[in-house]
Amino acid sequence: MNPMPKWVRLVVPALIALAALLAWEAVVRVREIPAYLIPAPSLVLQTLVSDWPTLWPSLLVTLKITFLSLLLAVVGGVALAFLFSLSSWVELSFVPFAVVLQVTPIIAIAPLILIYAPNTLTALLLCAWIVAFFPILSNTTMGLRSADGNLQDLFSLYGATRWQRLRYLLAPSALPYFLAGLKIAGGLSLIGTVAAEYAAGTSGKESGLAYRILEASFRLNMPRMFAALLLVALTGISIYFAFNALSRALLHKWHESELDASR
Amino acid sequence: MNPLIELRNVGKTFANGTQALAGMSLAIAEGEFVSLLGPSGCGKSTVLRMIAGLAVPSEGSISKHTSDSGNAAAGIGFVFQEPTLMPWAPVFDNVFLPLKLQGVSLADARPRIAEALALVGLEKFARSYPRELSGGMKMRVSIARALITRPRLLLMDEPFAALDEITRGKLNDDLLGLWSTHGLTIVFVTHSVYESVYLSSRVVVMASRPGRVVADEAVAAPYPRNEEYRLSPEYAAACRRVSHALHGATAPAQS
Repeated sequence: MNPMPKWVRLVVPALIALAALLAWEAVVRVREIPAYLIPAPSLVLQTLVSDWPTLWPSLLVTLKITFLSLLLAVVGGVALAFLFSLSSWVELSFVPFAVVLQVTPIIAIAPLILIYAPNTLTALLLCAWIVAFFPILSNTTMGLRSADGNLQDLFSLYGATRWQRLRYLLAPSALPYFLAGLKIAGGLSLIGTVAAEYAAGTSGKESGLAYRILEASFRLNMPRMFAALLLVALTGISIYFAFNALSRALLHKWHESELDASR
Repeated sequence: MNPLIELRNVGKTFANGTQALAGMSLAIAEGEFVSLLGPSGCGKSTVLRMIAGLAVPSEGSISKHTSDSGNAAAGIGFVFQEPTLMPWAPVFDNVFLPLKLQGVSLADARPRIAEALALVGLEKFARSYPRELSGGMKMRVSIARALITRPRLLLMDEPFAALDEITRGKLNDDLLGLWSTHGLTIVFVTHSVYESVYLSSRVVVMASRPGRVVADEAVAAPYPRNEEYRLSPEYAAACRRVSHALHGATAPAQS
């Protein structure tokens, strides 16, 4: 099979997307569908611009919670994975908690968290963190265990300390696994944030995009719902591409998953 | 003179009850090139790992005089069957590893790394990543890394088994060169009669279930050895002798 040139792989999906948008626009105009049922793409864009003063602060709130929770998930997940690698007792004791947190749907725990958390921001952070934390923990734990057995022996032979083994052997071995976990956790932290914002439903200056969607739906303000949804989707896409780029930058020199296609 | 390594009645039984080795005694003198030859499962790799301190004998004892200081690792280099390089690190960092683990600074290590890479003919590849190298070159890096600590004893576990005939022949000759110029002692695990007779001054033939020594054959041919030796009648005779001992060791198990 001939590999497609790069420009084809970029241009074809873009053309399809454009065609779909044009068809949408055409159907709405020709059949004169009112904006409170389905807004035309042009109106959504227009609303995005006109409602920017409301949407922009909300986008910032959502971004803040998403990235803060992701950061905490990375710190917590990696630290706990390191602890697991040092002591199987710690692993044995903590894994059940991690699994319970992971398998219980966040939307079901969120109301409880909202009651007990001292403020909404903490509650939102906690919800998003619970969702994003597990892939980092489980992937990093697996990565730390995946170090080559002969290299382990080599480190023993030269009398490596625990810290040297962790720093020079286990951490680099775990990096591809961690990055794969990060790609998943990035998307999940946004999902967790949006789910928690729905559950919280507070207004005021600390409201994120999900609250704007909820608010607009109460008012049947469909164009604004679509505009806010567009921003959520764009945030997710940006996170996805950013972490793919990070993974590529860190691994392309040596790891099978990110080797240069030209080689 | 004390032997460099001495195994006294060493046995090894794994946790699952498999007896890998029984009653093995072997003394290796400084400067010898000893091959451990035997079928797979005869415990030859286990012997090597126990000499290196990576496994502990279940019975008997092993005494080592590889290092004057207390640090046993300083005197031993180990080459695995696979190159066992860190894929994320360039050749330079891979060779630096043993010194780094022993706390040698980069400034002190730099000339020694250059020297070790020159020994194996890879001075131009210091910045390459392992995946950019051929199988033979990776094995050379592995040898350079084992030599960087200037060990007195080099342990090699079927290092060239995965390489093609031509590359293996070249590496055999280079290894003999390193051995003679550095006054190394080498214990070389292999399952090739021809390789063991070409390289070693002594071939220890082992049998399996349980692993034990069945023959200890000196190979008297003088060094340096080369292609001419490979075609000589004495090489053929030594191969026949060792092959016979190996066959005697494996035949009962197969029948």
